[in-house]
Amino acid sequence: MKHPYAQLAVALVSGSVFGFGLSLSGMLNPQRVQGFLDIFGAWDPSLVFVLGGAVAVAMLGIQIMRISSHPILEPVYHVPTNKKVDSTLILGSAIFGIGWGLGGLCPGPAVALLSMGLVKPTVFVVCMVVGMQVHDRLLRTRRGTATAN
Amino acid sequence: MEMYRYLPALIGGMLIGLSATMFLLFNGRVAGISGIVGRLAQGVNTGLNAAFVAGLMLGPILFHGLAGRWPVVAVTSSWPLMICAGFLVGFGTRMGSGCTSGHGVLGLARFSRRSMAAVVTFLSTGVAAVTILRIAGL
Repeated sequence: MKHPYAQLAVALVSGSVFGFGLSLSGMLNPQRVQGFLDIFGAWDPSLVFVLGGAVAVAMLGIQIMRISSHPILEPVYHVPTNKKVDSTLILGSAIFGIGWGLGGLCPGPAVALLSMGLVKPTVFVVCMVVGMQVHDRLLRTRRGTATAN
Repeated sequence: MEMYRYLPALIGGMLIGLSATMFLLFNGRVAGISGIVGRLAQGVNTGLNAAFVAGLMLGPILFHGLAGRWPVVAVTSSWPLMICAGFLVGFGTRMGSGCTSGHGVLGLARFSRRSMAAVVTFLSTGVAAVTILRIAGL
């Protein structure tokens, strides 16, 4: 890894901006996320604005990536290259969606909430890490960093 | 329509996009939270992943510092539901190689067919799960 300390600083700043953005967006609140998924009930469209704003800005980032030869602090881009839509992708995403609906939390907000010391979200994160470990250790061998999305 | 009601959501979302862009253009990596947490748990690239997770946890504290209040958090799901949900989210995101950030933000931004399929799938099952919860009165 080139420039390890600069990369650590970027990771810390990126994480903070991400966590602040989540806090501002209202998406740390499981009730609102479930409100978004409740399209047959009292639908709360907030998540459309969150995802829309995030994707629009990230598209600019992707355009800059495509015209640049390499990242500023790293020799190459580590972006997934797999293009195949397979049953593992679909089944995994389906399982994730069920959990997302049942709890109203996905990994980003769940981890960000750890600093607020709330009991239920913290237990959620513990169970989430257990679920990740069950998958990674029992069903699949250790994965490289470039394949994960 | 009172669009300003959704302004915090839009600006918050744009900050998430900015975070992902920074991480991509400087470190060359996809800011996918399930990947970052999963690799941290496996001990892969520990320093970088730990730094990102630490920053993510700083987010609500920074918000508190600027806004003078904590973000609103209302958990209505019961204990058994939250425990199952956590496990399913962890298992599913690793099996499906991503979550709302990796597939939802960066995957859609680069028009990845895999990510589009993943997003349609987890939105559909998420809607189904919430609808069943409502019908069952849970």
